[in-house]
Amino acid sequence: MVLVYINSTTGLSKAALETVTYGKKLGGDVTVITNGSASNEQLAQLGEYGATKVVVDRSVDGEDPQQLARLVAAVADQVAASTVIFSHDIYGKAVAPRLSVRMNAGLVAGAIAIPEADGTIKVNVFSGKAVGYVKVASEKRIISLLPNSIQPEKTGSACSVEETSGLAGTSAINVLETKKPEGSIPLPEAELVVSAGRGLKGPENWGMIEELATALGAATACSRPVADIGWRPHHEHVGQTGVAIRPNLYIAVGISGAIQHLAGVNGSKVIVVVNTDKEAPFFKAADYGVVGDAFEVIPRLVEAVKRFKATQH
Amino acid sequence: MNILVCISKAPDTTSKIAFTNNSTQFDENGVQYIVNPYDEWYALVRALELKESIGGNVTIITVGTTTDESIIRKALAIGADEAVRIDADPKDAYFVAMQISSYAKAKGFDIVLTGKETINYNGSQVGGMIAEAMDLPFVSLATKLDVNGTKLTLEREIVGGVQVVEVQTPAVISCAKGMAEQRIPNMRGIMAARTKPLTVIPAEAVADLSSYVSYSIPNAKSSVKMIDPSNMDELVELLHNEAKVI
Repeated sequence: MVLVYINSTTGLSKAALETVTYGKKLGGDVTVITNGSASNEQLAQLGEYGATKVVVDRSVDGEDPQQLARLVAAVADQVAASTVIFSHDIYGKAVAPRLSVRMNAGLVAGAIAIPEADGTIKVNVFSGKAVGYVKVASEKRIISLLPNSIQPEKTGSACSVEETSGLAGTSAINVLETKKPEGSIPLPEAELVVSAGRGLKGPENWGMIEELATALGAATACSRPVADIGWRPHHEHVGQTGVAIRPNLYIAVGISGAIQHLAGVNGSKVIVVVNTDKEAPFFKAADYGVVGDAFEVIPRLVEAVKRFKATQH
Repeated sequence: MNILVCISKAPDTTSKIAFTNNSTQFDENGVQYIVNPYDEWYALVRALELKESIGGNVTIITVGTTTDESIIRKALAIGADEAVRIDADPKDAYFVAMQISSYAKAKGFDIVLTGKETINYNGSQVGGMIAEAMDLPFVSLATKLDVNGTKLTLEREIVGGVQVVEVQTPAVISCAKGMAEQRIPNMRGIMAARTKPLTVIPAEAVADLSSYVSYSIPNAKSSVKMIDPSNMDELVELLHNEAKVI
């Protein structure tokens, strides 16, 4: 039996659909455990991605990983789960390690594919510069799946939803304030990302980057120096010390491509680099390169994307 | 305030990543080890700042062999008061967490700090595992930490934003960028580090739950296709028809 934990407090995220799809691919029945306020109708849709049933605890807000670990462990016991799956996001990083100790189950953190024929699981290591194959020695295992590693697949129809409560104990974490910009695509989940660096010369020049992102339906990101000097918010910073992402398309504008930046983005499927300096190291990691002035190239690219989008409708 | 900071060694960020022994082992040839940056820049430095403002003691702990003593001396030179090395060559995060939690339980600390992940294995596992083994609250990916008596006020990263939370000591915290600024050890610190106490204790018998059986290096990108900067329609066409990403 496979158990998948998802956070559904803000609806069904793409990461959630990926983890359920992953669970289905392992074979056997898939139970989903979740917390929060998503409606039964929403949760039942997880059946389309392979869930056999969904168990929800609406009394748990999901802010305390200790509570979540108790909840997931209790449900894992109830359904006799041998594999528990998380997304390798803030929940996977906080809850999966706790659960590993609680269930005495080996944790494969940051899986990027379904298990190999020999049972090992591929994970990103050395900040994306290599992959490792992890073998779990224990009877039970926990896998946290790096977002955007597999695509959600619809294979079934709506499933049953059961409510549960009283399994999670009390929360030790008191939330005072949540600061979250509305409406933007969370970076780790974005399939398309437009990112810019110091080459843009100042925060007032980000209009064209946002315009390109809007035209593509992409999220925006930035390099470390730009976040450090306050041109852009810190949560947009991708790279070794910021967020690591693996979108389908990463467009880097005015970013030279330092090794620490590459570490955060080298899982991207396709990389486009726009830079005035033809010697910029980023071109070596790119699939497509444009040597040119961003202030000329990007408005042109925005128009080209708009023309393309117009032909798609 | 009694603070335990967990540190790990990691290859310098500019190290060439290669594997040996039929791709089953990291090739340490020519690799310079450093204190894992998240452990040093954020966890250790914030611990020292708290000690300087409210008093207390900062102990660093690592699970490693004698070759790891250089990173221990570096952490002491930055300002930690004492160090503990649990003598083992760790195979997985679970082994490390069990050793550290066992030591920490016996000693009693107000705060246990870790970095958010190591830059070699990127698992983000040890902090949460220590918290569970000690049955303590865990705040992960914290970017700010303030202490008021037994109450900790933290900022932590959440999907697409940040959150301000409170928790009571004792607690385990994993530290991310924003927590503190890197400190360079000065000559006095380096001299003092030589005489600060380093306790070596044997590891407890713990079975590994997981192991790396092999590694590989992803294929390098085939050479970049350059596009004429005046022809962005071509780029869009390639992204659609060739790369199939839009």
